[in-house]
Amino acid sequence: MTLLEVKNLSVGFPTPDGVVHAVNDISFSIDAGETLAIVGESGSGKTVTNLALMGLLNSNTAQISGTARFQSHTGEIDLLGIDPNELQKYRGQDISMIFQDPMSSLHPYFSIGDQIIEAHQVHNKVDPEVSKERAIELLGLVGIPDPASRITSFPHQFSGGMRQRVMIAMALVNNPSLLIADEPTTALDVTVQAQILSLLKDLQREFKMAIILITHDLGVVAGAADRVNVMYAGRIVESANVFDLYAKPAMPYTQGLLDSVPRLDRPHTNRLSAIPGQPPSMISLPDGCSFAPRCSRISEVAGSKCLTALPELTLRGDHHSARCFIGEGVRA
Amino acid sequence: MATPILEVTNLAKFFPIQSQGIFSRVKGDNKAVNGISFTLNAGETLGLVGESGCGKSTAGRTILKLYEPTSGTIKFEGEDITSYSASKMKPLRTKMQMIFQDPYSSLNPRHTIGSIIAASYEIQKITPENGVKRAVQDLMERVGLNPEHYNRYPHEFSGGQRQRIGIARALALKPKFIVCDEPVSALDVSIQAQVINLLDDLRDDFGLSYLFIAHDLSVVQHISQRVAVMYLGKIMELAPTEELYKNPHHPYTKALLSAIPIPDPILERKREQIILSGDIPNPVNPPTGCVFNTRCWKAQEKCRTTEPVIMQIGASQVACHFPD
Repeated sequence: MTLLEVKNLSVGFPTPDGVVHAVNDISFSIDAGETLAIVGESGSGKTVTNLALMGLLNSNTAQISGTARFQSHTGEIDLLGIDPNELQKYRGQDISMIFQDPMSSLHPYFSIGDQIIEAHQVHNKVDPEVSKERAIELLGLVGIPDPASRITSFPHQFSGGMRQRVMIAMALVNNPSLLIADEPTTALDVTVQAQILSLLKDLQREFKMAIILITHDLGVVAGAADRVNVMYAGRIVESANVFDLYAKPAMPYTQGLLDSVPRLDRPHTNRLSAIPGQPPSMISLPDGCSFAPRCSRISEVAGSKCLTALPELTLRGDHHSARCFIGEGVRA
Repeated sequence: MATPILEVTNLAKFFPIQSQGIFSRVKGDNKAVNGISFTLNAGETLGLVGESGCGKSTAGRTILKLYEPTSGTIKFEGEDITSYSASKMKPLRTKMQMIFQDPYSSLNPRHTIGSIIAASYEIQKITPENGVKRAVQDLMERVGLNPEHYNRYPHEFSGGQRQRIGIARALALKPKFIVCDEPVSALDVSIQAQVINLLDDLRDDFGLSYLFIAHDLSVVQHISQRVAVMYLGKIMELAPTEELYKNPHHPYTKALLSAIPIPDPILERKREQIILSGDIPNPVNPPTGCVFNTRCWKAQEKCRTTEPVIMQIGASQVACHFPD
């Protein structure tokens, strides 16, 4: 069952220097219970995409277009077209989000219990005691030892990893069908990252929820995702099942990204293969393919087409599509 | 064998914690670095890895005498610099430099990059052969920046380019030894690879020695000949790179290696992962015995009471009672 279907989403931010095209006409969908990873480097538009879906962008400063059909508990809604007050009913109930920085995303002034109970009370007309029971249950589930007494603790009394667990407990308190995790482990140490990733996996099974995992770490994606969207300069440049993507990346950017990751499982050669140059300015995107100025394979396409025409996302295999002139029309 | 460029013996750095109030007194110490020893040979890169709060950055800064060491000795080119004053350190600063983690906060936003790089010459009152401007532009070219951007300000550059500015600044006085404190962790992967390759080339061209501090074991593997793993202010294992990654002896090294995700879905889903429980203890009250015992799955009574001494296993130095 398709849980969320995003069509032609674009987000622009007008600035004195011109409009920053953070997200350019992207479409994707996610099924119930699956994990979709959105990978890309800083500024590729992965976070903005999800902030737009959550209605967290200020409509005075952001120009948003497109549709996002979501199967909520009351039926189908359009996340992008719905009234912001109406969206309140679904946010935190059907869709929740966890953020990158567990240090700044909890309120320092309220106990963690109060914050989780509030998230439950907003959507459920029940006695506060019931919400408290639920909060304790969730804290136990995410691995906070002795939850009944820790519920009165404040965020500063927890370490980074523990705070991220609290954030997860808060996000799951209403049993959402979709969890958006925006770089959930980037601020954490590797040993703690491993704990959190395995926790998310267990909880996904238990709650049967879909996860949109936003990350820049291709190692995390390899372990956690079912499908992957690779973003570059505000566009989806490749979309595939996780095994296909790593086995036969079709877009030179994906290939370059995979090659530039230092890896422990391979004998180390002294040089890493880097992608030369840097991402384009989002105010004046290149005319052709946004990756063309950094691409090592543009000579393979006749007539410098890469610099003048924007390639479409085309199918390369089952559910595998890429935005590149090379290999277009060839089905694996 | 030639004298090592750097020799660190039992180095410790404690930060006192003051109690609040008028009669403030020292309540305890944050034992950030608690007795570490290693040597660094000329032309070599030693990787110093560990999680946040393990004391790796403090170690780097203490070695450069940016912090006053609490105890232990630091010898640079055979010279004991442990108790040198700031003025006595100044001429030595031409030989030892630092590259910082954050390319945004480590460059003064109100200075042009030309003057940022040239500041080293000014402070040390050195006039390069063909004039300061020429020297700075040569450096900019060497690290992959356009020399014509001499008069631009830091905000006009991207993160990767700023890190190159930081590298040019560190190189200006032709140092022999550079402490690189997480030089690539703020950068995107595709840019990170560019900067690692640059650091690698510069080491060979200028005959540099690096103390390369990082939390990412896979980055360290690429640039180091030897790697030291730190935990809670102590070195747990120090070994040649190949050896450390192939045959880790210390349980903490094993756990750290196993926690790093492999960018290959087939391998990543097949492998056995060691997931450590709990968090790093507070360095104000480190556990008795082995500092890792609270999270170690092999810990026994001995680990809780007796601190392990460093022993030699093959080419590796390991601080563990029950090494593999």
